[in-house]
Amino acid sequence: MYIIVVGGGKVGFNLTKVLLRDGYEVILVEKDKQRWTFLERVLGEAVYWGDGCEMRVLEELGCSRADVVVAVTGHDEDNLTICQMAKRKFNVPRVIARVNMPQNEEILKLLGVDDTICGTRIIYDLIRQEIETDKIHFLATLKEGGYEIVEIVVSKDSPVVGKSVKDISFPPNCLLISLLRNKEIIIPSGETVLEAGDSIISLISSEQVVALRHLLAPKEGG
Amino acid sequence: MKKAIIVGCGRVGSMVAQALAEKGWSVAVIDRNPDAFRRLPEDFPGKKIIGVGIDVEALKAAGIEDADVLLALTNGDNTNAMVAQMARDIFKVPRILARINDPLRAETYYALGIPTVCQTTIISNIILEKITGEGE
Repeated sequence: MYIIVVGGGKVGFNLTKVLLRDGYEVILVEKDKQRWTFLERVLGEAVYWGDGCEMRVLEELGCSRADVVVAVTGHDEDNLTICQMAKRKFNVPRVIARVNMPQNEEILKLLGVDDTICGTRIIYDLIRQEIETDKIHFLATLKEGGYEIVEIVVSKDSPVVGKSVKDISFPPNCLLISLLRNKEIIIPSGETVLEAGDSIISLISSEQVVALRHLLAPKEGG
Repeated sequence: MKKAIIVGCGRVGSMVAQALAEKGWSVAVIDRNPDAFRRLPEDFPGKKIIGVGIDVEALKAAGIEDADVLLALTNGDNTNAMVAQMARDIFKVPRILARINDPLRAETYYALGIPTVCQTTIISNIILEKITGEGE
């Protein structure tokens, strides 16, 4: 597998190091001569001095046979340009961009970047999950639609215990996907009666997550 | 009244902003450096927005949702390309133009279908024309 990494900052440097260690064919592109000198000393031939935003640089690196292009410079607009070029001009099957401003994640995806990675967003998600993991497990976030797939364990003091699904008033925009009871998956119907300890997986709009948590696993003392 | 958004209030951006305003256009200018607006005349009738062009909020504050034209005229080529694409693909602005300085990148943006104007090429051609009597 041939991977081109553009941007030799901390992210690009360490990513390249790990990829090389794991035996991938990798080229790291850095445009700053001084930084390149440092990188070359550590990583050797795997580092190329040039501006990854230039088409002829990518051409020279054989971009059209690359399996993945990763753009991890500190500038979202540069990462976008690199990914777009790789995808549309060189038909690279997978392009990944680092996003520095979280609000740009969606924009980059709209403009054709397969995958985005945003440090700020990841840390934010981790913090949020840490805060709420006692009751909720966030399985997936469907960003475009503002929906989440969450897993919540029904606590014994929840008002839903012993009730069938059809008699429970769930928050709006919430779909029960499945429930896990004694290591067995149950696809719930209206007749399914919920028990304490059931682990419920549902698709729910982001705004309603807290409401669902309060319903299924109310905090002790309210 | 035609509505234009200009991203980048440098020498080029401020000049275009002023010229369009004089023609009766409604103009909004975005620049991340508030000092840049001093290039506009004191009685400039348009909006001045402090912010970066690749920020949706700044573009919305400039009124991108009903703009007729967006001109990306900062000195960052990739910024201009990204703003222009945001305007075209997300906000459906009918006319866009991105300024680029580096002719090597021109073919990139051309490949991406972004209308561009490359000042380096234009100026070089004018100079050549003046000296040799023939442009490229």
